[in-house]
Amino acid sequence: MTEALFWIFSGLAIASAFGVVLNLRNTVYSAISLVVTMLALACLFVTLHAEFIGLIQVMVYAGAIVVLFLFVIMLLNLTGDPMGAEGQPVLKGIGTLVAAAATVKLAAILWAMQKPWSEVAPSFGGTREIGAAMYTDYLLAVEIAGVLLLGGIVGAIVMAKRSLD
Amino acid sequence: MDAILLAKSLFIFFVVVGLFAPLMIWVERKQSALMQDRIGANRAGILGIKAIGLFHPLADVIKLITKEDTVPAGAHRLIHMICPFIAATPALISFAVIPYGGRYTVGGETFRLVVADLDYGVLYIFAIASIATYGTVLAGWAGNNNWGILGSLRASAQMISYEVAMGISVIGVFMVYESLRLTDIGDLQQETFRLLGFLEHFGWVTPGASWLGWVTIPMWGIVLQPLAFFIFLSAIMAENKRAPFDVPEGESEIVAGYFIEYSGMKFGLYFMAEWIEVVVIAGLISAMFLGGWSIPWISDAALIARMTSVFGPDFGNVLAMTIHVGVFMSKVVAMIFFQQLLRWSLPRFRYDQVMNLGWKILLPLSIANIVVTGLAILIVEGIVS
Repeated sequence: MTEALFWIFSGLAIASAFGVVLNLRNTVYSAISLVVTMLALACLFVTLHAEFIGLIQVMVYAGAIVVLFLFVIMLLNLTGDPMGAEGQPVLKGIGTLVAAAATVKLAAILWAMQKPWSEVAPSFGGTREIGAAMYTDYLLAVEIAGVLLLGGIVGAIVMAKRSLD
Repeated sequence: MDAILLAKSLFIFFVVVGLFAPLMIWVERKQSALMQDRIGANRAGILGIKAIGLFHPLADVIKLITKEDTVPAGAHRLIHMICPFIAATPALISFAVIPYGGRYTVGGETFRLVVADLDYGVLYIFAIASIATYGTVLAGWAGNNNWGILGSLRASAQMISYEVAMGISVIGVFMVYESLRLTDIGDLQQETFRLLGFLEHFGWVTPGASWLGWVTIPMWGIVLQPLAFFIFLSAIMAENKRAPFDVPEGESEIVAGYFIEYSGMKFGLYFMAEWIEVVVIAGLISAMFLGGWSIPWISDAALIARMTSVFGPDFGNVLAMTIHVGVFMSKVVAMIFFQQLLRWSLPRFRYDQVMNLGWKILLPLSIANIVVTGLAILIVEGIVS
């Protein structure tokens, strides 16, 4: 059962991820494909007993971030326009390099994961466990991420202010 | 076990969709008529029996189903077709985690009256509700109508803004009850605390005075987290886009907003989604803030013990279950009535007022609520231990 679900949802995630980049007809369809990718990923998290992460994936990525994407697409009325970066070889080159580096890193991670799997506790993935881990073992990482987000918010306000003035 | 699960699912489905949703149509029309000093819907009848307009929901649904389903030229047909279903499905499945009764043992089987007793109950409803946003946002765009796109833009901005305040306001509740599971929250709300216990603690009166125990208060969410209750109620009503938060519809400015290009039962589905969501909101607020299924000052265990001692174990449990479901449903009906009362009392906010209320008032208040709740928990724990 779990294995069948894994193949269904990972296939759906990969197919809709291709839909995001290959769909040149309409930007809104790309955004909808992105939502399907996020939902399929959330389902994969749930099959891995990480229900909390799965729900947060739905709430934050599928439910909020892509809605904001859609908001911007509809506000700027990007429908039907060709994508940018068509005639910019430098940008394309940089993008290809970054994608290649990410692929190599992913392959290295997968290679390192070949050691035997260890059993997890029955409470694994519960809200209590994640909260305890975040605020004890990984407190520094959480704080750094918080400061980064704060910096992003301040930067966004500065840029919005400048365009208003 | 599976039979019990099926029975619980069917029960809540028929109560919410088969009983509350049609009644909401009637309540919407009759309550507005009552508040505006009109008679309201009173024409539809079967064989001359009019039953104070109760047949109007039936007439409305038959009319909507038999109407032509139009798709505007230049619409994105597929998305236009599925949007009403994206909007209505989340409303239908969010009642799965709301408990409508406690724990009972009938015929050797022990069960809880909730369809899915999830560890992260409230988060499930938030996640499902955030998917419903797409049914609204894409609907206006897919219809290829400028009013529709305006409505969709307003809806997406409003729903994203209020999701933040809604999510943060209930953190105080989770802190007090130390759980996200709605059944745990319901169980803990049966306990009571002595209102004047602190007099004894500080030595202002002699300990053991009998009158100290007189005034006890049930530990309902609305008592322990009054600010969270008001923030959550406003934010979740804004999520449902009902008056006074109905700028995405805004009949006087943008005709009907995001669902302007829908006709027939697809138009009806948007309304059905709204009405079922009113019921879900009432259920969620009853479960988190109004003590859920329990009767104040009478715990589940006490009620079941009394019932079994009088009527025997099986029938006693069934009787206690009936009473609890009745109590929960009456709380739900009261909250539905309250939401309708607000809807017909308050005028629509302007768009900038909606945004200001969400970001400048509700969000800071809900963050302050978390800080104050944390301090209060530390102080109370310091006193008790």
